[in-house]
Amino acid sequence: MTVSTARPIWDERPSVAGRTLKSVILTLIVASVVFPIYMVVLTSLSPQDVVSRAGGLVTVPGELTLAAYRELFSGGVVTRAVVISLAVTGVGTAISLSVTVLAAYGLSRPGSLLHRPLLFLILATYLFGPGMIPNYLLVSSLGLIDTYWALILPSAVTAFNLVVMRAFFMNIPGEIIDSARIDGAGEFRILGRIVLPISKGVVAVIGMFYAVGYWNSFFNAVLYLNDNAKWPLQVVLRQYVLQGQSLVVGQTSDTIAGEPLPPSLAIQMAIVVLALIPVLFVYPFVQRHFTKGVIIGAVKG
Amino acid sequence: MTGKNPAADPLRARLRRDWPLLLMTAPAVGLLLLFHYVPLLGNVIAFQDYSPYVGIAESPFVGFANFQWLLLDASFWDATLNTLGITAFQLVFYFPVPIALAILLDSVVRPRVRLLVQSVVYMPHFFSWVLVVTLFQQMLGGAGLVSQILRENGHEGIDLMTNPDTFLLLVTGETVWKDAGWGTIIFLAALAAIDRNLYEAAAVDGAGRWRRLWHITLPGLRPVVILLLILRLGDALNVGFEQFFLQRDAVGRDAAEVLDTFVYWRTLTTGEWSYGAAAGMVKGLVGLVLILIANKVAHRFGEQGIYKRT
Repeated sequence: MTVSTARPIWDERPSVAGRTLKSVILTLIVASVVFPIYMVVLTSLSPQDVVSRAGGLVTVPGELTLAAYRELFSGGVVTRAVVISLAVTGVGTAISLSVTVLAAYGLSRPGSLLHRPLLFLILATYLFGPGMIPNYLLVSSLGLIDTYWALILPSAVTAFNLVVMRAFFMNIPGEIIDSARIDGAGEFRILGRIVLPISKGVVAVIGMFYAVGYWNSFFNAVLYLNDNAKWPLQVVLRQYVLQGQSLVVGQTSDTIAGEPLPPSLAIQMAIVVLALIPVLFVYPFVQRHFTKGVIIGAVKG
Repeated sequence: MTGKNPAADPLRARLRRDWPLLLMTAPAVGLLLLFHYVPLLGNVIAFQDYSPYVGIAESPFVGFANFQWLLLDASFWDATLNTLGITAFQLVFYFPVPIALAILLDSVVRPRVRLLVQSVVYMPHFFSWVLVVTLFQQMLGGAGLVSQILRENGHEGIDLMTNPDTFLLLVTGETVWKDAGWGTIIFLAALAAIDRNLYEAAAVDGAGRWRRLWHITLPGLRPVVILLLILRLGDALNVGFEQFFLQRDAVGRDAAEVLDTFVYWRTLTTGEWSYGAAAGMVKGLVGLVLILIANKVAHRFGEQGIYKRT
């Protein structure tokens, strides 16, 4: 996408009022995203008395502490959930990305055997889903209930991601691939040595799409995991923050007669931040490739 | 591409040449077959009185009885009406937002400002629904920021997260916050594709800023807008699962039950697997028909639709 660098001469200068209005609107839009995140992060870093004095979320930075995070990482539900979510995301993304890259390349060579029917079979999944109950029955009859594979395998391949990547591969000039073939390279070598190195951007984008999907996976966990010792972070987030249920964090949490108390606001917000961090961390590196990757997929799909 | 037509070779030669490609495609196709096509067969339980203890093979067939029950079920119709109501509401109050935002972003001349704003507004698309609902809860809920400010100023706090009357506004607000920025991508691409000479010519002819917007920018966006509008209509029964699943308890069933949550709760609370499968199947079939109709309409408008021949 082109970003115009200068105002064209025929375009009249905007009025002061217009410019101000535009700045105000844009600032408000940006603030509506940034401000809640800022407050949540700040509250998670504030000690109990600062939170109480604020009467809720903290807006003005005062004393800062990592106490909430220390408590969450002292072992227990949240520590375990973070490890589970990271592992599922890592393993899932690796599987999804390899399978998608292979298939996208396998279907990207024009005129190859069976590529039309296979592509149709993949595209047809856009049109209908089997429904939740049949999905559940399948997952359960495969014996995947209460296993982490139930969070990975059913959503391992997304037709959309595959099609976007295939579109990108098809844009690579055929001459490059043909010449490699003449030099005696097999398809796997062509993919690994030539196609992948020039496709880093789209691989990063699709990888992030998959990773975010796994990291955010909530409903599959609710549906397929009965054992709450296996909960990933998103389910923990719902249980202890959204629904305000009691939390057993390691051995350090306060208890009255053995009953765990609802987590303090700082701890709740720390769980929110934990759910947020990986996205915030990966996002800036992948973000610049979005437009190219997504538009190619949308236009050439 | 090579000069000869590779599709014209004899099958055996093509197999010898293309087997690595087929091998590469196999895992993805296998996963899709197993997790997308095989469960389709499981829909057979919609015609049975399915019991998990005896399995699909042993459960008795009951024909269309489950579907008859479904059509007589007031709560099914409530969920359907809720779903369609939410779709209609979002069509009016969500759909135009990414278009307006894209035009606004496109008018930002300084690249650094523009990239910054773009990066920020794309971001919430990657947050989970649990996270989005939680953030909204912290801002608008009974113990949230808005209530906090109201109370500090001597008013009563409000809880927008549990009010069925404002639920439509709430879910639409959440959707705008989460996805409006991401939705601008396709419109920004369409805007970038508009011929800049048109603007210059119009300006020479004396068209001002707003006339150029009306006569060049908006017509330039029209194909994309029509396409997305049609696709949205084809998707009318899919309002998103998690958003409503998460808020159903707080807001109440009357306002927040949509078709997906209906299937989930009916099956889960009563163990009526066949009934839930029938409801899911009705939703799937109506959705399929809507998509096919929408695609036909898209072709009629001269657009590609969701699939085109490759």
